[in-house]
Amino acid sequence: MRLLAEGLSARRGEDLIFNDISFSLAAGEALVVTGPNGSGKSTLLRVLAGLLRAESGRLSIENGPSGFAHPHELSHYLGHRNAMKRELTVEENLSFWQRFLGDSPGGSGIDLSAAAEAVGLAGIAQLPFGYLSAGQQRRMAMAKLLVAYRPIWLLDEPTAALDVSADRLFAGLVAAHLDHGGIVIAATHQPLGIAQPKTLQMKGFTH
Amino acid sequence: MSENSLAIRKFSDLANPTRFLALADRILPWLAALAALFFAAGLWLSFTTEGDYQQGETVRIMYVHVPSAWLSMMCYTVMAISALGTLVWRHPLADVSAKSAAPIGASFTFLALVTGSFWGKPMWGTWWVWDARLTSVFVLFLMYLGLIALNRAMEDPARSARVSAVLILVGFVNIPIIKFSVEWWNTLHQPASVMRLDGPTIDPEFLRPLLVMAVAFTLLFFTLHIAAMRNEIWRRRVTSLRRQAARHAGRETLAP
Amino acid sequence: MIALFFRDLKLSVRAGGGAMIGVLFFMTVVAVIPFGVGPDLNLLARIGPAILWIGALLASLLGLDRLFQAEREDGSLDLLLMQETPLVLTVFVKCAAHWAATGLPLVVASPFLGLFMNMNELAIGATMLTLLAGAPAITFIGAVGAAVAVALPRGGLLVSILVLPLAIPVLIFGVSATYAAVEDPAPFLPPFMILLAITLFFAVIGPVAAAAALKHSAD
Repeated sequence: MRLLAEGLSARRGEDLIFNDISFSLAAGEALVVTGPNGSGKSTLLRVLAGLLRAESGRLSIENGPSGFAHPHELSHYLGHRNAMKRELTVEENLSFWQRFLGDSPGGSGIDLSAAAEAVGLAGIAQLPFGYLSAGQQRRMAMAKLLVAYRPIWLLDEPTAALDVSADRLFAGLVAAHLDHGGIVIAATHQPLGIAQPKTLQMKGFTH
Repeated sequence: MSENSLAIRKFSDLANPTRFLALADRILPWLAALAALFFAAGLWLSFTTEGDYQQGETVRIMYVHVPSAWLSMMCYTVMAISALGTLVWRHPLADVSAKSAAPIGASFTFLALVTGSFWGKPMWGTWWVWDARLTSVFVLFLMYLGLIALNRAMEDPARSARVSAVLILVGFVNIPIIKFSVEWWNTLHQPASVMRLDGPTIDPEFLRPLLVMAVAFTLLFFTLHIAAMRNEIWRRRVTSLRRQAARHAGRETLAP
Repeated sequence: MIALFFRDLKLSVRAGGGAMIGVLFFMTVVAVIPFGVGPDLNLLARIGPAILWIGALLASLLGLDRLFQAEREDGSLDLLLMQETPLVLTVFVKCAAHWAATGLPLVVASPFLGLFMNMNELAIGATMLTLLAGAPAITFIGAVGAAVAVALPRGGLLVSILVLPLAIPVLIFGVSATYAAVEDPAPFLPPFMILLAITLFFAVIGPVAAAAALKHSAD
């Protein structure tokens, strides 16, 4: 499988955020998007996730499972917000997303307790999500990536609010995903701890 | 002097939730048994006394209706005192008391409304009239429900306690005003024919079971209230334990 | 999809959810009407069905603005939008859950309020039936308003203003069907059938329009 982006540009209101971004990622490859604030990292990820329309350019998948026209249908998106409900327990949150998202062809998600274990938070699944600290909430949001299988992970500042050890744990999850032939695109300031990722330096669009 | 300080000490002892739980555990079975006893006596009396010559058997509804109407007001008084306890004396159990009394009060008020309605159908030929008495009880019911909704909407009990205490006190001041205005509003429009049963002043035949039932209902209220307070304390402990569990989770597994 | 339905149901029943608030609002609105018009039982019986309908209409608008806004605030909306399952279906299921949590309790509460209004059994039954048939339409129309206002910081009031004019046909046919059931000469079925048709119509149009609005609201 191969993820191709050719000549992407995006616009917010009147302003062009970025212009002519191209890359190509094979299975098992990661792309780290870096750049100063406002350079369009988040916008790029939202374009990849299909949440914003690209002004121009093309996104496609080569040799992917049939019936998926756009990469966002094969993607997990972890944005700034965790997409978990404070009022529900961690378990209810995760099992909802597991059942709602379903698995993409070519893999299957792990069960809830294993996912909680993988982010180092086993045993608190019955607590309401709102009781957790910001870092724990972020880690549980990462467990969401594991309960339903998606080959492509789109991660926007995934390690914000995480301490060093959780950072390392997350790097392990990303590495494992890559080992299984996944694709990871992450916008981040901190190094992800992955061996030799491709990098994309966003400079912002200058008029 | 010494007796006075002893009383104060007892009262502040109660402020300790653990003491309260121990006390509640001791009192509850007795209170429940006593309530059951009075209920048995009251119900027996209610069904063995004669019916009214005008109202027939329906008069027996009174033995449930009047005590629950009375309790609906007493419960609000208890809540108002608890609210004062929260705001003025900062008694730690006061907000537990106010919070756990609200659903009980709402239930008694509902019971009063429903039984009144059952009584009204054969007597007045309608389920409901916008009579001053009925209307003000209905407004009281709405206020109970509003307070319950407020308590449920706030996550942090410490914060919701003061807010709902303020609301309870405003309601307490407001209830006489509502009652007064409703009476004034009502007598302008309503013909006097459907007003209350002014008919017979209550006969001892009816008074005896009524009083026994009133005592039974009061005992029931205190049983339920203490049990509800105990549950609320336990619920808060469970919540804080869970928060603690959340804080500690993941520390040891991640320690390098 | 079933998972989404039950999750939304759970959310509205949990603390802070809108299920109980809606019924309470309904009761309060209906209860204050007699204070305004006076305790004349005959008058109340005559205007009762209309009051119940207006109360139910206002109460079902109450929680609607949160339908998509809550999802947007915690980022869930992004994930709902990304899936290959058609967005129309997602919106439909969310509407159904919202109706089950807030609309259905209104229908259940309406007979009790009917007694307060001194309505007879037939009028109460007719009101309940028409509410059951018509209330989903309000939710589906409201979903459009909620989707349009999703990105606005203070969308709540705006949703009501947007939705109320659109809900007028539902109100007209709901109330006229109820009166037709009570008053003899007018036939009950035609207005009731139109009410059902309106509900079915909006069950299709509402989710489609709401899905379109949601797609374009993304930023």
